[in-house]
Amino acid sequence: MANETTGAVTSATEAAAGHATEAATAAGHTAEAAGHAAGSAGMPQLDVSTFGNQIFWLLVALVLIYLILSKIALPRIGSVLANRHGTIAKDIAAAEELKAKAQEAEKAYNQALVDARNEANRIIAATKAEIQAELNVATAKADAEIAAKAAESEVRINEIRAGAMAAVSQVAQDTAGEIVGALGGTADPAAIVQAVTERLKG
Amino acid sequence: MATEGQSEGLAFHPLDQFQVKPLFGDGPIEWYTVTNATLWMGIAILAIILIFVVGTAGRSIIPSRIQSIAEVIYSFIHKMVEDIAGHDGVKYFPYIFTLFCFIGFSNFLGLLPKSFTTTSHIAVTAVLAVMVFLTVTILGFVKNGPAFLKLFWVTSAPLALRPVLAVIELISYFVRPVSHSIRLAGNVMAGHAVIKVFAAFAPLVLMSGIGYVVTPLSILAITAMYGLEVLVALIQAYVFTILTCVYLKDALHPGH
Repeated sequence: MANETTGAVTSATEAAAGHATEAATAAGHTAEAAGHAAGSAGMPQLDVSTFGNQIFWLLVALVLIYLILSKIALPRIGSVLANRHGTIAKDIAAAEELKAKAQEAEKAYNQALVDARNEANRIIAATKAEIQAELNVATAKADAEIAAKAAESEVRINEIRAGAMAAVSQVAQDTAGEIVGALGGTADPAAIVQAVTERLKG
Repeated sequence: MATEGQSEGLAFHPLDQFQVKPLFGDGPIEWYTVTNATLWMGIAILAIILIFVVGTAGRSIIPSRIQSIAEVIYSFIHKMVEDIAGHDGVKYFPYIFTLFCFIGFSNFLGLLPKSFTTTSHIAVTAVLAVMVFLTVTILGFVKNGPAFLKLFWVTSAPLALRPVLAVIELISYFVRPVSHSIRLAGNVMAGHAVIKVFAAFAPLVLMSGIGYVVTPLSILAITAMYGLEVLVALIQAYVFTILTCVYLKDALHPGH
């Protein structure tokens, strides 16, 4: 339709307008009569003389395509797809298994870590107790030694003090006797001792 | 109309591309003559072999590009058959896959310039549709016996309406092959013819000044139509296949 009208437009300068309508009616006629007019201006689709040829070759083509597809191509593609699904499912299962294993290993690792920590704590505590015990023993021993030494020193100090006291009264008596003698008196040793002892006591 | 355009210098032959011609010589077309239809059906077969046989020869778990094309088409049609026709319809998967491949490849090969589109001919699509019709009808009776006639007895409708509905259902059943075939051939033919008409305007720039406007527009229109035709090529193959699946479902499970 479109080409008829545009044909008419472009040919307006040259061809008569009636020409176009004539051609249009002629086209309508040929379309009607296309059934028996092979190679005419009608639709080639309606040219019955080529039908047998087309149908024959179509059937040949369809049979060939069907055989090629159903015997070779489709089973092959089907098996490839099935294979792939199998492989993927298997891989997923394997991955799942590996994941479970990894989780188990992690758990074992964590357990080992906890065990090791506990063991370490236990060892630390044991060692601490041992050291404490040793320390206690050593402290006790040192205390005992110190006490012994202190007692000994005390005895000696007392001795020295006693000795000093004795020496002091002796010296005092002697000195007192000497002083009395130097002053020209004669001293009664017993009185001096008496007096010095009195004095020292005081 | 063709002669009218020719006298002006613009050649309008939108339907010439559909002519069936002998490939060798110029004799009459007998049923065995090798024609351009034969050639393009042969090319379709070769393309199918190339993708589905040669392309999948590796049988690789990780597919090559061509193999993945074959696998996508396979999965697509397989899923369609299984979803629509049910599990017992999978048996007829190779048959439906053959139809889809032939129509799809013919449609796409027909989009090549200078090619011949076998699916644009009503003779071809009618044979395809009648084959589906006969297969489905025979299968329906073989599988279900007379129970197949329940397809026309709409039990979900009120009893009084059922005879009327049965007549309508019966008519629609017999119209199926007609619509099935004309839809495919008509879509393909119309698109190709329109492209050809636009193409005829393209050389106008060589003849007159108005061509400076018309030629770019027509080229743009050809491009747009071509894009649409690529879509139509796939969609019509898809529609034909999915309707076949629907009819097959009716044959396997009659009753609504």
